[in-house]
Amino acid sequence: MVSCHSISKSYDKVEALKNVSFDVGKGEIFGIIGPDGAGKTTLFRILTTLMLADEGTAIVNGYDVVKDYKLIRNIIGYMPGKFSLYQDLTVEENINFFATVFNTSLEENYELVKDIYSHIEPFKKRRAGKLSGGMKQKLALSCALIHKPVVLFLDEPTTGVDPISRKEFWGMLRKLKEQGITMLVSTPYMDEAALCDRIGLIQQGKFLTIDTPENIVKQYPNVLWSVMGKNMSALLKDLKMHPQIKSAYAFGDCHHVTIADNQFTPAALEKYLSERKHENLVIKVIEPGVEDCFMELS
Amino acid sequence: MTKEKIIIAEHLTKNFGHFTAVDDISFEVERGEIFGFLGANGAGKTTAMRILCGLSNPTSGKAMVAGYDVATKPEFVKKNIGYMSQKFALYEDLQVWENIRLYAGIYGMKDKDIAVKTEELLLKLGLANERNTLVEALPLGWKQKLAFSVAIFHEPAIVFLDEPTGGVDPVTRRTFWEMIYEAADRGITVFVTTHYMDEAEYCNRVSIMVDGRIDALDTPENLKRNYQAKNMQEVFYHLAGKSTRKAD
Amino acid sequence: MHQFLAFVKKEFHHILRDRWTMVILLVLPILMLILFGYAISTEVKNTKIAVVDPSKDVVTNAIVEKFKVNEYFTVAAYVGDFQQVEALFNSGDIKMVLVFSENFHENLMHKGGAQIEIITDGSDPNSAKAMQGYASSIIADYQQELFNITKVPYQIKPNVRLLYNPTMKGAYNFVPGVMGMILMLICAMMTSISIAREKETGTMEILLVSPLKPVYIIFSKTIPYFILSLVNLTTILLLSVFVLKVPVAGSLFALITISLVYIFVALSLGLLISSIVSTQQIALLISGMVLMLPIIMLSGMMFPVENMPVILQWFSEIIPTKWYIIAVKKIMIKGLGFAAIYKEMAVLAGMGILLTIVSLKKFKFRLE
Repeated sequence: MVSCHSISKSYDKVEALKNVSFDVGKGEIFGIIGPDGAGKTTLFRILTTLMLADEGTAIVNGYDVVKDYKLIRNIIGYMPGKFSLYQDLTVEENINFFATVFNTSLEENYELVKDIYSHIEPFKKRRAGKLSGGMKQKLALSCALIHKPVVLFLDEPTTGVDPISRKEFWGMLRKLKEQGITMLVSTPYMDEAALCDRIGLIQQGKFLTIDTPENIVKQYPNVLWSVMGKNMSALLKDLKMHPQIKSAYAFGDCHHVTIADNQFTPAALEKYLSERKHENLVIKVIEPGVEDCFMELS
Repeated sequence: MTKEKIIIAEHLTKNFGHFTAVDDISFEVERGEIFGFLGANGAGKTTAMRILCGLSNPTSGKAMVAGYDVATKPEFVKKNIGYMSQKFALYEDLQVWENIRLYAGIYGMKDKDIAVKTEELLLKLGLANERNTLVEALPLGWKQKLAFSVAIFHEPAIVFLDEPTGGVDPVTRRTFWEMIYEAADRGITVFVTTHYMDEAEYCNRVSIMVDGRIDALDTPENLKRNYQAKNMQEVFYHLAGKSTRKAD
Repeated sequence: MHQFLAFVKKEFHHILRDRWTMVILLVLPILMLILFGYAISTEVKNTKIAVVDPSKDVVTNAIVEKFKVNEYFTVAAYVGDFQQVEALFNSGDIKMVLVFSENFHENLMHKGGAQIEIITDGSDPNSAKAMQGYASSIIADYQQELFNITKVPYQIKPNVRLLYNPTMKGAYNFVPGVMGMILMLICAMMTSISIAREKETGTMEILLVSPLKPVYIIFSKTIPYFILSLVNLTTILLLSVFVLKVPVAGSLFALITISLVYIFVALSLGLLISSIVSTQQIALLISGMVLMLPIIMLSGMMFPVENMPVILQWFSEIIPTKWYIIAVKKIMIKGLGFAAIYKEMAVLAGMGILLTIVSLKKFKFRLE
């Protein structure tokens, strides 16, 4: 459905994208996961025909992004960052406008957007600028969907939104998948990666890896332990100083630790830490998550 | 040893016409604490923070920050706090050292002190060779770290951080939090809001705002125990999911 | 077509909901007209003058009477010698002194000519010139009267005469200028800001990635401001005719037609500006400074272009407002019709078409 071949793009002296290639199949949810500045927005703009790549080619639904841009613009939905809506128009006016622009109407495609739109319908007379972040997000999604696009491009749709709204949003996306819509979603939140069919981890203009979340996790090269104790801050310092420990990072309620030497055991670590007066120690071997993989690869 | 109270909020309320953004909140924050201020969008976090920073007057109630009343002496409050937000922290078209100089000057530091501390800071952050680089040319992670350092350059009693790690890569997020720990160890109170629930775990205590009220305030361990949750994410879902304020 | 209308409707929403901009757009023209028409006068009324009259004879009295009744002057002091006047002059109280020579009547009768010195306060050269002009024409008037009675061509002073505006009413000059300026302001500035705003808020991205033809986007932005300009045109004309008493001596139909062409030019200028800027601020700056300043200075609305250095005169040829003002003056003040303005019409139409073509070509249907 969407494929990229050796796409490169630079602004002034900055290389935003370096030789990027990937494919997305029909009906897939493809996540582009990476921090700000990694090149996500640039990539989206090239795929939605808003920008020209310096090198490389890209195809969307069989059309070339350069030559057939008009055709592509008829069939895709796009939600750029910052939920670009008309702040001084009401919810209703926004969606009707975008529907008309795409030669359709809210009534015609109501079933498609109903799940999402029904959340904000009670506020349809309210100006878009006065909605909360989560509501704006839903409105922006409805507007991007209203014409039943073949491919949906969502550029950081969950940024700056609270965890609950984020969870709801991804639930809506999965439902859209059932309608056969292909989706490319970019996000800086690693925990959202697990909700995609396949993901590409991107950092500084390059893809570190492209695969299903499960496969990426399987390819994690290290043994990973989680370590908890009473004084987490001091614990982290001591962990970092241990010669057998390759890396130690805080991960919320526990620390994730990778081991340099396979002979090293959790029991040995526990002894070492107890000697340093750490209490309530819990050390477990754990499965890595996408964030661990990202940090390993970058 | 009872620690000095850096924030004392008593029945703080803020109304915008008929709408109650902040609904009678009361809490205290000790010196050197890392205090997490969580809540869904629209729960009233930003409004509450603006009051505490002396940027907005409460409709009723009282708040003392760094020993000054936010309503009657906001200018003194501002002198004694630091502030950093995700949206804006530094001037992109000024150089690194120019930004440091600017903010240091704004907070009334003496020239001699500024010069010495600037060198120290640049070395510590590894930016000694970048002192003349325009901030817009720095990668995001470095910008955020620099912004934080600038916010506490004048060693304020408390620093307010508004989603400081939004969109930053995982490794930098953690180094950022190490900087927060260091600051807290030095006695700088850190008041931080974030949407990363794992970061909530790093705080000494956490409050969760729902519909303008504070519905929970405790250490992460106690909150997890009380709500029988595995982690702060579940605690948050439990509390914020009950919100009735859907659109504002 | 359906899409086009939806777009135009949206544009009207934006404008009507932005209360302050609405106020400015509709009230500003009225304010400007009143300001220029009444308050800011490069006319000088009730200027205090002093008269030094050593002769005090029939003729000098007659001339001084004429000055007294004239609305532009107030005789504040009437003295016998200049010393008495000097102090008043230096303190700035009086702006002009008429000094009659001695034995004025005798000299006039027997020698055929007499002298009046007109001394004006040169620290404000514009007013000074104007006053000199008025004074000269009053004296010339008297001279004419005298001639009509006596049939003897007594010489007093050079003659100043203005065609079609014998009382030199400033409003005749200003109304066309204000019209040109207001219409340019509304159309060029507001259109360019409106398009720049879409770019700034990011909604332009969504519009581009849609089946909507860019041409529609552009034209829908111009329609509301076109209509607003028509409203303003009507207001200005009504104000001029009924309040400022500047008549439309010629063909109203021609006036409206040339105005429409001018509006078309202004709108396409706005489009051109918007295609090269990315933020509203720059759009504002360019339309404000780069556009308005040359218009005010070089279109002839405030300062006569004929007196400027040649290079600036050439420059003023490309300012659309200059052509519009010429055409409007021909119609309103000289009472002419279509036939007289076809040159201006052609120039403006040509400019409009050229600008439209260029802005359409420059319109970026991608983001860079």
